[in-house]
Amino acid sequence: MTGEEKEYFDAGHRACGGCGPALAARLITKAAGENTIVVASTGCMEVFSTPYPETAWKTPWVHSLFQNAAAVASGVEASIKKQGRSEKVVVIAGDGATFDIGILCISGLFERGHDVTYICYDNEAYMNTGIQRSGATPYDADTTTSPAGKLSTGNKRPKKDIPAILAAHGSPYVATASVAYPADLMKKVKKAINTEGPCYIQVHTPCCTGWGFDGAKTMDIGKMAINSGLWVNFEMEDGVVTKAKKVKREPVDAYLKSQKRFRHLYRPAENTEEIAKIQAIADNNAEKYGIDIKMPDKN
Amino acid sequence: MLQIMEGSHAVAEAVRLSRPEVVSAYPITPQTHIVERLAEMVADGDLDAEYICVESEFSALSSCLGAACAGSRVYSATTSQGLAFMAEVVFNVAGMRQPVVMTIANRALGAPLNIWNDHQDSLFLRDSGWMQMYAEDAQESMDLHFLAYKAAENYDVLLPAMVCFDGFILTHTYEPVDIPTQEEVDSFLPAFKPYQRLDAKDPISFGMYATPDYYQEFRYEIHAAMIKAKKVLREVGQEFSETFGRDYSELVEGYRLDDADVAIVAIGSICGTIKDAVDEMREAGRKVGLLKIRSFRPFPYEEVRTALSGVSKVAVLEKNISIGSRMLGAVGLEVKDAVGKQGADVYSYVGGLGGRDIRKRDIQKLADWAEQGRNDCFFGLREELL
Ligand SMILES: Cc1ncc(C[n+]2csc(CCOP(=O)(O)OP(=O)(O)O)c2C)c(N)n1
Ligand code: SF4
Repeated sequence: MTGEEKEYFDAGHRACGGCGPALAARLITKAAGENTIVVASTGCMEVFSTPYPETAWKTPWVHSLFQNAAAVASGVEASIKKQGRSEKVVVIAGDGATFDIGILCISGLFERGHDVTYICYDNEAYMNTGIQRSGATPYDADTTTSPAGKLSTGNKRPKKDIPAILAAHGSPYVATASVAYPADLMKKVKKAINTEGPCYIQVHTPCCTGWGFDGAKTMDIGKMAINSGLWVNFEMEDGVVTKAKKVKREPVDAYLKSQKRFRHLYRPAENTEEIAKIQAIADNNAEKYGIDIKMPDKN
Repeated sequence: MLQIMEGSHAVAEAVRLSRPEVVSAYPITPQTHIVERLAEMVADGDLDAEYICVESEFSALSSCLGAACAGSRVYSATTSQGLAFMAEVVFNVAGMRQPVVMTIANRALGAPLNIWNDHQDSLFLRDSGWMQMYAEDAQESMDLHFLAYKAAENYDVLLPAMVCFDGFILTHTYEPVDIPTQEEVDSFLPAFKPYQRLDAKDPISFGMYATPDYYQEFRYEIHAAMIKAKKVLREVGQEFSETFGRDYSELVEGYRLDDADVAIVAIGSICGTIKDAVDEMREAGRKVGLLKIRSFRPFPYEEVRTALSGVSKVAVLEKNISIGSRMLGAVGLEVKDAVGKQGADVYSYVGGLGGRDIRKRDIQKLADWAEQGRNDCFFGLREELL
């Protein structure tokens, strides 16, 4: 196991039972340790962890707005640098805050090269405001602003490739991780905070409420995403993919069927055409990151 | 040391002498000369600060907020579209009680796009919880920064401050300025001691969310701090006067007001022109005076009331318009409230928008209009365009 004993994200928060982002917060802060300043964005995590006068955070924590965590972190970093202090600055922000509204500030932070680790907890929609689509929402997911209907099969666009965008900014370290693989996530967090310059980690954080599954299954859902190839855990160093988690891939069906957000693809009848498109996304990921475990040739 | 210098450079000098540890700003006309000069100072080692070259005004103020929370004295500057773009953060900085100081090189807001001076930009953020001071000339533009930092960082206040000075009219004009020494400024403005800061040795949470059970008290406390800021501003003004010999002990300044029947009230650089106009009217035997308001937030109601207690008519010159308001402008609304029902008649007159020139004869006209009891007036309108 990982060996860390101390908790910096307390048990007394108000997240849904089985919340992926809450688990991510715990693992990230555990890995980052006590010499860390956390900068947050508005969203589910901010709301469930800091209802005044309570706070779940045992590291210094600051939140200002939905879209400016990266800019606030830039200032925090500049300030502690000027004061000759040694804390690490870690942003923990939602996918909406990262993919959509905050991208201007993030681009600025990465281009300026601040020594900040930016971690996006990716629950693939705006959960705090009631499950609306974001640029991280997967193709065909049913959300309140990309509802499946008579003329719609849900979200029309594939996930925006933020890791590639930030790698293109010259980030020395970009990685994806999943709460379903805690040791891997923690290892990556440590690597990022110990790498000088702006690093990015995108953590897959299943959201039982927004995706529609039983909160006891968060880890299973996370693993299914990886096994399907719809989520790939990889690392990029100086813009080059250096590692990707290999899997013996399974068809996307099991993952899709496990969540209400894809239920419309199976009702009233199975929508083979759309499911095939989602399978193609997974196949494309597998090819791009080379994640398929090839069975040894029997002959 | 007396030196002839551009207004923007006087401000940059004031900022340097205030020793901010983090400077973060984005260029916009007519603020640019300030931030360019500060960048030069940092590049030459004359200002020992982190200069964050942000990608937008939104990030400029956000990064100042982060740096302030982490325990640094910070500085930014902007105007008009930049300030509007920051608006969300403007409220947030005040709500989070961070003593950020920001210069506003006042400029009109679009549309239509216009780079010239009026006061719409800062007044639009009147209710954000920032102190707002308005300078008449380059010297005052400089001095107000020292007062702003000192008042903002006072633990009874802990509110951010905007130092407003008129775009082009002051930013791009050369005037003699008396620059204090670093020792003088240091003795007036000691190093920043944050009330609380982000610190791994003593972790606390900043900027949490508050339910209806708590939110209202936060807003009340900001309001109460702004009221207290009046006293603090007078005290630091008094202390400034003793150190530097320039009198800022009051938040208003009367000019030939003692025996006046008509008072013209204004903020900013136009007060200079008004003083000349008042002199001319006095020579012609008219009992006219000026009341210059230096601090718009906190608003010095008592001082305004006292200063205007002897006059019967008040003409407020507004370089802003509160669209659809009966009083037309933000300044007149406050003055009318300060004077009260038993006091003088208060009229507010809008002009000088988007840089339209205001001349001495315009000011005479305002005095005439107030004497005649005319209300709801724009001056300097080109009727042929309407
Ligand atoms: C400028 C602005 N627009 C909209 C909102 C409303 N809002 C608050 S949080 C949020 C969505 C957050 O989504 P995400 O970043 O994915 O975090 P999650 O809630 O999923 O944890 C929205 C739309 C806001 N606070 N500020
Ligand atoms: S809605 Fe989702 S992200 Fe929000 S607390 Fe519940 S499980 Fe967590």
